[in-house]
Amino acid sequence: MWDYTDKVLDHFRNPRNVGKIEHPDGVGTVGALACGDALTLMFKLGPDGRIAEVKFQTFGCASAIASSSVLTEMVIGKTVEEAGTITNKQIAEALGGLPDQKMHCSVMGREALEAAIHNYRTGETAMRHLDERIVCTCFGVSENEILRITRENGLSSVDEVTNFCKAGGGCGLCRNEIQKLVDGVVAERTQTKTAPAEAPRKLTNLQKIKLIEEIITREIRPALQRDHGDVELVDISGDRVTIAFRGMCAGCHASETTRHSLIEAKLRECVSPDITVVEEGKS
Amino acid sequence: MSRLVYLDNNATTCVAPEVRDAMLPFLTDLWGNPSSMHAFGGRVMRHVEEAREKVAALIHADPSEIIFTSCGTESNNAAIYGVAEILGPQARLITSRVEHPAVLGPCRHFREHGHTVIELPVDGVGQVDLAALREALFGGHGLVSLMWANNETGTIFPIDEIAALVKSVGGVFHTDAVQAVGKVPLDVSRTPVDLLSLSGHKLHAPKGIGALYVRRGTRLKTYMIGGHQENGRRGGTENVPYIVGLGKAAELAAASLAGEAAHVAPLRDRLEAGLLATCPDARINGDTRHRLPNTLNISFEFIEGEAILYHLSDLGICASSGSACSSGSLEPSHVIRAMGVPFTAVHGSIRFSLSRYTTAADIDTVLDHVPRVVAKLRALSPFVTT
Repeated sequence: MWDYTDKVLDHFRNPRNVGKIEHPDGVGTVGALACGDALTLMFKLGPDGRIAEVKFQTFGCASAIASSSVLTEMVIGKTVEEAGTITNKQIAEALGGLPDQKMHCSVMGREALEAAIHNYRTGETAMRHLDERIVCTCFGVSENEILRITRENGLSSVDEVTNFCKAGGGCGLCRNEIQKLVDGVVAERTQTKTAPAEAPRKLTNLQKIKLIEEIITREIRPALQRDHGDVELVDISGDRVTIAFRGMCAGCHASETTRHSLIEAKLRECVSPDITVVEEGKS
Repeated sequence: MSRLVYLDNNATTCVAPEVRDAMLPFLTDLWGNPSSMHAFGGRVMRHVEEAREKVAALIHADPSEIIFTSCGTESNNAAIYGVAEILGPQARLITSRVEHPAVLGPCRHFREHGHTVIELPVDGVGQVDLAALREALFGGHGLVSLMWANNETGTIFPIDEIAALVKSVGGVFHTDAVQAVGKVPLDVSRTPVDLLSLSGHKLHAPKGIGALYVRRGTRLKTYMIGGHQENGRRGGTENVPYIVGLGKAAELAAASLAGEAAHVAPLRDRLEAGLLATCPDARINGDTRHRLPNTLNISFEFIEGEAILYHLSDLGICASSGSACSSGSLEPSHVIRAMGVPFTAVHGSIRFSLSRYTTAADIDTVLDHVPRVVAKLRALSPFVTT
């Protein structure tokens, strides 16, 4: 079982402010059935302009319910501006802490509150701008959200990001991209502390070979193996990478597209734009 | 807490009192090493061999075909590693998407090392696609590893048919029977399986003991290299108390197999009918026509499994869930997903698994409490509109 605090269990067993408000001033909904948790939060202002009533409905685990419940208590009596400053950290702290893998429940609370405030101010129901770039397609997490969570919670690894917002916790194909975002934030942190960081070093040959091997093993092969295919790294000479298709990929009529659009594109993105990928015996 | 109602027997079972009593002498007076060249140790060997006979009898094998291991996971690893290493990298490994991680993990390990691994799909009730198996076998033989019964849904694969199919093309057939042994009759003298894994703690022996059946003549590379124990097929001084315990548990299971169907299945069926009648938006996961007599996997749509389990736990009821949160990962059960269960129901799947110690009063307690827990969580759910 999870190591939940008594406070989490209390709010789970006796959730406060459950339900709906007729004619609320702001409503926010985040999450989805497919993701395993979702929260609808709504509030109504009193005559003094402070939040007089808050109600929630949550689909989710014990800590998701507890995070929503404690958040309603934190919000009541605050102005909309004050409520808007609540962070996911404060929600977790109000519960006496959450297990690492459950921190995303506190983030869901903060997101729903923001969505409700946004709805109150603009009348819009969707928070996300259409031009926002989605990094994790399994859980629909955008680049901005990942950057924000990483900054606000002082995160420094992909696993931590996954714990806080689920990004990278599905198929795992975006983990490399999240790593880059995290690296960027970590660099910001050290930059603000010390002098400007030096320009990124050029990879040594050995580093490049290792990186190519890692990307093929961690990102490309699992994707092909899902369709019973596979690829083997045959040789690396300068920027020229030789591969051989295995399994269902061998002789597959789409293997040329796989070579170009998946393998070469990924290696160009992650290693060097000068990379070319050729199939063994087909140069 | 109120009286414990334990309906999580596919996770682990209580140690039968007779098993504990059978083990105790080997934790007190009879602590010798069975390999020793003195009577004090040597007389222990007889008890190990008696246990081997009892385990063999449960599945109608010859005692010489039983290797004692430390658990079901070890048995599965030993089988897959032992055969894959013998067959070499050209051999295909054919398994299914709903296997236990102790089978899928080793298979995927060999995929990393150049083997072609095929994971067969299953249909909506979790039955393996036999046409896909035939096709996979046609493309080249190797090792087929398919479970006898699924741990999450209780769905029983048509093992007789599968085994005959694999043997007809000269393949090697391993079955993870950890959930089936002791719950349904198994007979390796009739079903041509080459290797079969079983685990003690799923049939009222303690944790830490398992066995691998290896049909005589099956080539298997030794995976745990050491002494001459288990005829050189698995090094390591015999875990005598636990081997004796597994023997006793096998003997008890053999005696209660008929009762399993007569006692456990009706209780499970009453639980199933009762929950479907009292809980809205509930649906059964698994093949109700070919299912372990003790297993019920039911989804409560629009509510989440971990929340259900915590409320049940407060009421003294132990069950398990395939929801993402209860697994510690973000993805819900690979078994439920492979079956294509609609996502409205994936996260709210609960498994109740009974044993011969389950009583009618246990079922009454669950039938009394679950509808209230479901109602409480439905009142919280933004997806329940009524």
